[in-house]
Amino acid sequence: MANKEVKVIVVGGGLAGLMATLKILEGGGKVDLFSYCPVKRSHSLCAQGGINACMDLKGEHDSIYEHFDDTVYGGDFLADQLAVKGMVETAPKIIKMFDRMGVPFTRNPEGALDMRNFGGQKNKRTLFAGSTTGQQLLYALDEQVRRWEVKGGVKKYEFWEFIKVIKNKDGVVRGIVAQNMNSNEIVSFPADVVILATGGPGQVFGRCTASTICNGSAVTSVYKDGAHLANPEFIQIHPTAIPGSDKNRLMSEACRGEGGRVWVWRENPETHEKERWYFLEDMYPAYGNLVPRDVASRAIYKVCVHMGLGMHEPNRVYLDLSHIPKDYLERKLGGILEMYEDFVGKSPAEVPMEIFPSVHYSMGGIWVDRKHHTNIPGLMAAGECDYQYHGANRLGANSLLSATYSGIVAGPEALRLARSGELGEPLTDAEMEAARQECVKEFDAIRNMNGPENAHKLHHEMGEIMYKYVSIERDNIGLDQCLKELKGILKRWDNIGVTDHGNWANQEAMFVRQLRNMILYAMVVTKGARCRDESRGAHAKIVLDESGNRVTTPDGELVFMGRDDEHFMQTTIVDYDPKTEEPQVSYMEFDHSLIKPRARNYAVAKKE
Amino acid sequence: MAEQKKVRLVIERQDGPEAQPYTQEFDVDYRPGLNIVAALMEIQKNPVTVDGKRVPPVVWECNCLEKVCGACMMVINGKPRQACCSLVDNLTQPIRIAPARTFPVIRDLLIDRSVMFESLKKIQGWVNVDGSWESTDAPRQNPYTAATAYEISHCMTCGCCLEACPNVGPQSDFIGPAPTVQAYLFNLHPLGAYDAPKRLNALMEKGGITSCGNSQNCVEVCPKNIKLTTYLAQLNRDVNKQALRNIFNE
Repeated sequence: MANKEVKVIVVGGGLAGLMATLKILEGGGKVDLFSYCPVKRSHSLCAQGGINACMDLKGEHDSIYEHFDDTVYGGDFLADQLAVKGMVETAPKIIKMFDRMGVPFTRNPEGALDMRNFGGQKNKRTLFAGSTTGQQLLYALDEQVRRWEVKGGVKKYEFWEFIKVIKNKDGVVRGIVAQNMNSNEIVSFPADVVILATGGPGQVFGRCTASTICNGSAVTSVYKDGAHLANPEFIQIHPTAIPGSDKNRLMSEACRGEGGRVWVWRENPETHEKERWYFLEDMYPAYGNLVPRDVASRAIYKVCVHMGLGMHEPNRVYLDLSHIPKDYLERKLGGILEMYEDFVGKSPAEVPMEIFPSVHYSMGGIWVDRKHHTNIPGLMAAGECDYQYHGANRLGANSLLSATYSGIVAGPEALRLARSGELGEPLTDAEMEAARQECVKEFDAIRNMNGPENAHKLHHEMGEIMYKYVSIERDNIGLDQCLKELKGILKRWDNIGVTDHGNWANQEAMFVRQLRNMILYAMVVTKGARCRDESRGAHAKIVLDESGNRVTTPDGELVFMGRDDEHFMQTTIVDYDPKTEEPQVSYMEFDHSLIKPRARNYAVAKKE
Repeated sequence: MAEQKKVRLVIERQDGPEAQPYTQEFDVDYRPGLNIVAALMEIQKNPVTVDGKRVPPVVWECNCLEKVCGACMMVINGKPRQACCSLVDNLTQPIRIAPARTFPVIRDLLIDRSVMFESLKKIQGWVNVDGSWESTDAPRQNPYTAATAYEISHCMTCGCCLEACPNVGPQSDFIGPAPTVQAYLFNLHPLGAYDAPKRLNALMEKGGITSCGNSQNCVEVCPKNIKLTTYLAQLNRDVNKQALRNIFNE
């Protein structure tokens, strides 16, 4: 079978999708590459700060083991350790590949690669291209795939939206239905294997640091077709974003990596004088401003919401770079400083930036094994849409790494599977037409919806609900209430009305279809959080007393549940119940054979 | 309570590629920091014109809203720019919004920019690596040259410079400033330089650098402040040198 021509459909043209595409092409396979947008505009380009790899170029005796341990410890021992080990071992090779492809990494005066600090890691391990690392890495892969477009082997379907997978009679995924977003034509496409690389679900929270295209709709679609989702309750809240009404714009962790300090005004408890309180440095002396994201976000939230020390209305804290020389900032952080000036109108070199935490990244996603197969044969997943590598919290600059690495694993594996002869029959014309008809019917029904609800307003409401109950601090009463409210939103979806009833570039109808999937995904996140009765990484749950009030210590501090390794050192698995449309939660063992779990405490230096 | 301040948007719309353009006016609530994408999002929530007519919401393209993806380029008050970072506070009202008509209009403000990605194929906009597998390390690079490469590599293929360029359009084959300057980027890379003659020869062909009329509009509108005219001039010299080399080698 080795010489048979095989075709893989890759959905999504960010780092993971493009990397998988490249590997398949190099291995002699053909690829149909589907994307909402020109792949060069994918969300990977929003990653700013860098990509982690142990290169040890700064005389710190950094080791791959240290990167491994930092990642597992940072993820609060919920990441599959064998998977993480593979990723950190490959990291330096990935950097060398990107360097050959022409990524303009920032260099030291010798012309070698420069490195910077990042959160949750004591050594300089982060390679970067100014503060637009994601953009530069994405462009490198975009260029290489374009080269293959000229050579032949890959066909891009840009401005095509994935709707669903099509299975053959044995239940193996052998194709997809997709829609041309301009002509609104709906078409079935056959393939040997399908890889989803469709990114994160940030839009489920309304305002977040993600692009408008990151709605998780494709993930929900395969969940409805039987794919397990895993660890969906672990949503990373990035501590430093510029809040906005259309989106929260990320202020890279690189700001703190390059010496940025977070502070608020307070009255000194002893001298009673007004002072700048560098609370992260105070609370976490060992890591200071470079504590991992979940820790920093909770601290900022506490200082603003519980201690009332935030500035303005609503709450803000300062992220201060104004003590750092301007030319240094320009060289290391140019792109994002410009962004702050563009959107806020002030220069971070002169005044401290005003920031607040925002939903940023999903550690959870489609369950995959270490080769990136989902539980549905013939369907694979890579990149942020899968759940691998980050456990309960992702370290900064590990996402560009995991996206690229998962493509490196998934691509060749898809090729092997496509050539294995294990896939059963290809789709018949009748099967493809039936799937297509189903989607046409759905779309026609949506564009003729005539109810009183506006889809965009409903989306906004859902985002507010999710922020209220399922963000930095969670409790079981709130989560129950959230599920109840989300069911109400789902019901109201039926009463949406569209003003665009046409069949040409009908963005409104396509959004309505995505919105239903977003609501279902919101329920998955909430249910996962409700069932996990512990605090771990990004999931922090408050203890309630018998009458449902939040328990506090004598000095008024909230009491959080502890980490419960006995019951919850397991992967959350969520399955779709087609009858009730509700998520069903169970737990699965995972590999943690290499590093024994230990308490996670960033106030002191890490002990192995 | 003071009356809510409004922002008036005059939007040039078009139902399909062959349809006649028409304008519609919308009012959205003012708030500090409001940008054009956020204003268009408000129209989605309540797609009613100032005449009280319910209409299909305006169609446009956007992704990142951080001025990195290049998707939301449109013509705002006569100037091609990214809608996401066009703050209402900095614009004269009423704000006039139109599609960038250098490119075919699909619907409303949504345009087809695939021609730019095709041009990147013509100039061979990539480093010709053996493969993505492990190989010898990439050579070191002069940090100053690398800084120039970094500047040019910010180009997000948004098309502002093509829209502003008087030589891009039906009267000329010029592929435009952005794709042309990308040739310079890959010629700077130590491995990319091996294929510099191919790229320079491609720029000698129809639609190449000789079609640039040096009007300097491109550099004025580049949202990434890439010194396009500087690199176009440098490329022009490189192309001329290559032409001489071609003659002497024949």
